[in-house]
Amino acid sequence: MKITRRHLIILLPAAAIAWKHVLAGSLEDAPNYTMTEHWWSMLIDIPKCIGCGNCVRACQAENEVPDGYFRTWVERYHVKDWDLADPEVISPDGGKEGFPEAKDDGDKYFFVPKLCNHCADSPCTQVCPVGATFVTPDGVVLVDQKYCLGCAYCVQACPYGCRYIHPEKKVADKCTLCYHRITKGLTTACCESCPTGARKLVDLKNPRDPIHEFLKTHPVQVLKPQMATGAKVFYSGLDGSVR
Amino acid sequence: MSVFKDAGHLFRFAGLFVAAFLVFLIIREYVVPKSFGQYGHYRGNAIAEIAAHPVKFAGHSACETCHSDVQEVKNVGKHAHVNCEACHGPQAKHAADPGSVTPPKPDTATLCVRCHAASAAKPKDFPQVAAADHSGGVPCETCHKPHSPAIADGGSK
Repeated sequence: MKITRRHLIILLPAAAIAWKHVLAGSLEDAPNYTMTEHWWSMLIDIPKCIGCGNCVRACQAENEVPDGYFRTWVERYHVKDWDLADPEVISPDGGKEGFPEAKDDGDKYFFVPKLCNHCADSPCTQVCPVGATFVTPDGVVLVDQKYCLGCAYCVQACPYGCRYIHPEKKVADKCTLCYHRITKGLTTACCESCPTGARKLVDLKNPRDPIHEFLKTHPVQVLKPQMATGAKVFYSGLDGSVR
Repeated sequence: MSVFKDAGHLFRFAGLFVAAFLVFLIIREYVVPKSFGQYGHYRGNAIAEIAAHPVKFAGHSACETCHSDVQEVKNVGKHAHVNCEACHGPQAKHAADPGSVTPPKPDTATLCVRCHAASAAKPKDFPQVAAADHSGGVPCETCHKPHSPAIADGGSK
């Protein structure tokens, strides 16, 4: 059959619908979940963080993160007066067991919880030689541990230090934004256990998510915006000294 | 065709090339997973495999299904918005089988100070105490009931 211009005009929309169906995909384990309807990220409200380490412990319990490795961790910044370029940063055991007491000496102290920024244009997925790490259609950066070679290119490429090589599996490991939870309608383990609401899972494609109102009314920042990674973890009240 | 005169060695080489390419295609068909390229340059099934991991934290709504009485106590106090598993730890096993898996009661001696130990790094409006000066070693729950900690509340749980 010769394909005329008329045929093509009829075929193109049909092909587009078929392709969208392929892209949408639903997960076997979460049949009511459609990936293209979500765009996940997180909001971190720095002035609410008390450095209790609940998120770090919850993450390690939920995801069986080995001791000494972290998918999320908490840093304590100590900024003396004007020297923003040289803050004193501590994170004993990722802040898992809390922090030593900070004496009220008039300096600026605050906590910064960190995790994978689930960048929309992430450098870690771009360097993977085998296609073992990727951004899902719903905006989560994941590692296919059956495919990963453990070459650690991605560990080096992440500007935020959010990846590590799992000491037993010998493959790259990182925050999955609790993908096994959010696809079932639950929040992440860190958000579930945060006592002050300093961390909130957000779905940027959900028009009813309070994040939209928050982003319009609060000054927010992402980490290292100059890296143009499309980082999606939004920090409210972030100090200029945070690296 | 005079052009192809003495070109037999080129055809043999081309034939070899085509055969090698076919072998490559056959191996590729077996080696590359079926779902590779479904959504992008990765194995599409990996997404579903990661989504199928077991859950450890049951989530607040699961707790409230049975423990609505505790939630009522919490609702009147300062801990209304603290999820159960923030203090009680991951309880999906308990939620799945409440009869045989019973979580241990958290020890307030270590639990409360995780959040409420005084530190200049914490937000100024967050309630903090220097535990040793504040109670002199008396356990927190002697005066403060964890689910509704204000002493005036006189919470029952």
